Amino acid sequence: MDVSANQPGDLAAPGEPGARWLGVAASAGLTRDDLLGLYRVMALGRALDERMWILNRSGRVAFVISGQGHEGAQAGITWALRPGEDWLAPYYRSITAVLRMGLTPREILLGSYARADDPSSGGRQMPNHYGHIGRKILSVSSPVASQVLHAVGIALAAKLRGTGEVVVTSTGEGSSNQGDVHEALNFAAIHRLPFVYVVENNGYAISVPSARELPVDDVAARAAAFGIPGVIVRGTDVVGCYVAAREAVRRARAGEGPTLIEAKVERLTAHSSDDQQTRYRSEEEIAAHRALDPLPAFRGQLRAAGVLTAEAEAAMAAEIGEAVEDATRFAEAAADPTLESASSWVFAEDWPGERPPAWGDGTGRD
Amino acid sequence: MAVRTFIEAIRTTLAQEMRRDPSIIVLGEDVGLKGGVFLATDGLQAEFGEARVIDTPLTESMIVGVSIGAAINGLRPVAEIQFADFIFPAFNQIQSQAARMRYRTNNAVGLPMVIRTPYGGGVHGALYHSQSVEAFFTHIPGIKVVVPSTPLDARGLLRSAIRDPDPVLFLEHKKLYRSVRGEVPDTDYVTPLGSAAITRAGTQVTVIAYGLMAHHALEAAARVAEEGISVEVIDLRTLRPLDTETVLNSVRKTGKCLIAYEDNRFGGYGAEIAALVAEEVFDYLDAPVTRIAGPDVPGVPYSHVLEDWFMVNPDKIAAGIRKLAAY
Ligand SMILES: Cc1ncc(C[n+]2csc(CCOP(=O)(O)OP(=O)(O)O)c2C)c(N)n1
Ligand SMILES: [Mg+2]
Repeated sequence: MDVSANQPGDLAAPGEPGARWLGVAASAGLTRDDLLGLYRVMALGRALDERMWILNRSGRVAFVISGQGHEGAQAGITWALRPGEDWLAPYYRSITAVLRMGLTPREILLGSYARADDPSSGGRQMPNHYGHIGRKILSVSSPVASQVLHAVGIALAAKLRGTGEVVVTSTGEGSSNQGDVHEALNFAAIHRLPFVYVVENNGYAISVPSARELPVDDVAARAAAFGIPGVIVRGTDVVGCYVAAREAVRRARAGEGPTLIEAKVERLTAHSSDDQQTRYRSEEEIAAHRALDPLPAFRGQLRAAGVLTAEAEAAMAAEIGEAVEDATRFAEAAADPTLESASSWVFAEDWPGERPPAWGDGTGRD
Repeated sequence: MAVRTFIEAIRTTLAQEMRRDPSIIVLGEDVGLKGGVFLATDGLQAEFGEARVIDTPLTESMIVGVSIGAAINGLRPVAEIQFADFIFPAFNQIQSQAARMRYRTNNAVGLPMVIRTPYGGGVHGALYHSQSVEAFFTHIPGIKVVVPSTPLDARGLLRSAIRDPDPVLFLEHKKLYRSVRGEVPDTDYVTPLGSAAITRAGTQVTVIAYGLMAHHALEAAARVAEEGISVEVIDLRTLRPLDTETVLNSVRKTGKCLIAYEDNRFGGYGAEIAALVAEEVFDYLDAPVTRIAGPDVPGVPYSHVLEDWFMVNPDKIAAGIRKLAAY
């Protein structure tokens, strides 16, 4: 296990002298623009996510599953990728990661509203099942961890075709126990594929605490079984997440094989809009976890380092607020899928044998 | 006699059976402290402890495979698969292992185990929280497949399933959980496996259904009754082993048969009933055996427009009945 090798020091601690912090970020290759970009995508991810809950609670969208608390890890890790050129196989909490890789707020809310123009599925999938193949964002499927083998297959093709692409996928720690994950890491390690497996460990699989999911504290420990590095980062340490991912991506591109990155994060919401987490989590625990919110942690670091001024912060907040408003208006006004489209695209072409039966199907349309 | 919801019938029956038989364990994702995502196991861990009510890792193959081993060694596992859509990582364990154990050991090893799982659409669950999975499993000799539609049968059939010496897949339509109430006696009654119920007597058309469709079929039958069409409705309750006599006797009487199922039409469970009726009572038929079933798209889509299009409902069944009656 390679737990501490890529830790650039305790960047998360509030009160850390700003100059030293900025020095670490700079030595990681992060410019001021990078740092502001990281913050912006995190803040946008949060604002859009909060909007989804409002839309859910006001009956506008039927479901939401959240990325709140995971933004720091997602932003830091995907910052090491080239949007549009590298691949992301996201999961349902990946809102900040997919924003970074090029999905827009409008496109995300089209999915929440299940509109015809939802680029992920045309309204066929649940909200937060992100996807956009043109931007190399693989379609999310609800059966957890099912994308991990696909990501490895994409990496295999990238290697055989010599495309230079790197493939990143992420799951929760609960999902990391699925057999498919072990099969994927095994194959990817054997063939030294350009693959990075990210575990966003928030300590829970719905209600089941990690002690009931895993016999060890760290999913990263499992990397040793495949002979690959297993790196632990904290989701409040955005720069540390970036540094770990940059090294994993370097290895991947250099043909040195996969890396497992475990990001310790917090789930700041219930599992989903259908879950009531007070059934299994105490109010004190929920309040304590709020203190591990990556957004104010990173904001504090940026302020202390003089990267984020009050004016810049206000301007960014206004711009993000407008982007969220615009996306809401746009998705609210967009059209639903048509009935005529309901049975299209089961196959590439229509087959007579797949048409509804001559006897009729009770719809009166026969 | 208490009036209970479907899910209360499941929950209270699990508790009663666990009190009766200490070899029963419950295992699955979130079944313990949370009491299951639908609260079907609410309170069980508090009463029976963490040893008998196990929150498992998020691994369905493990849930079923470990249940098989536990059943071999003296326990009666009642496993929960959180959604039927997620049973497929365990398909290998169910179809190649659980269903074959008695046969492959020439009756030396049986597996008294139940796999409960919520299935079905109409709840805005989209492609992966709506599926009807029965046809995959009714195809397999060696596993019983049970689908209650009322709280009364949920209790009676769950009891039978738990006490059965062989593996039973117990499918609970999630839309029924809280929408259906009914009287549930507190006696130790069982509803035997392999027995269908005639839920409405009639003379002109037999409608065969199960799960949510058993309710929709009754509603459709009531509607067309106002138009003078007399429908007999059969709730199959157990899909395998099938109560063939109840089905065939009804069709002998009415001469017309419609099967309503929510699953995709092609190769769905209703196709087996249609083949059975055609083979066994052809001489009694006055019309083609027909089906009203879900369309052949891979999964129930999420958008309201598309979901409504997908779901079989009383309107569609009534239209099918009218057409058949007029034939
Ligand atoms: C194969 C499968 N089984 C069960 C589920 C139901 N389910 C959805 S999310 C979830 C918990 C996931 O926990 P974790 O992997 O830790 O991710 P987190 O939600 O905490 O980010 C479960 C059990 C599913 N989607 N897929
Ligand atoms: Mg988790």
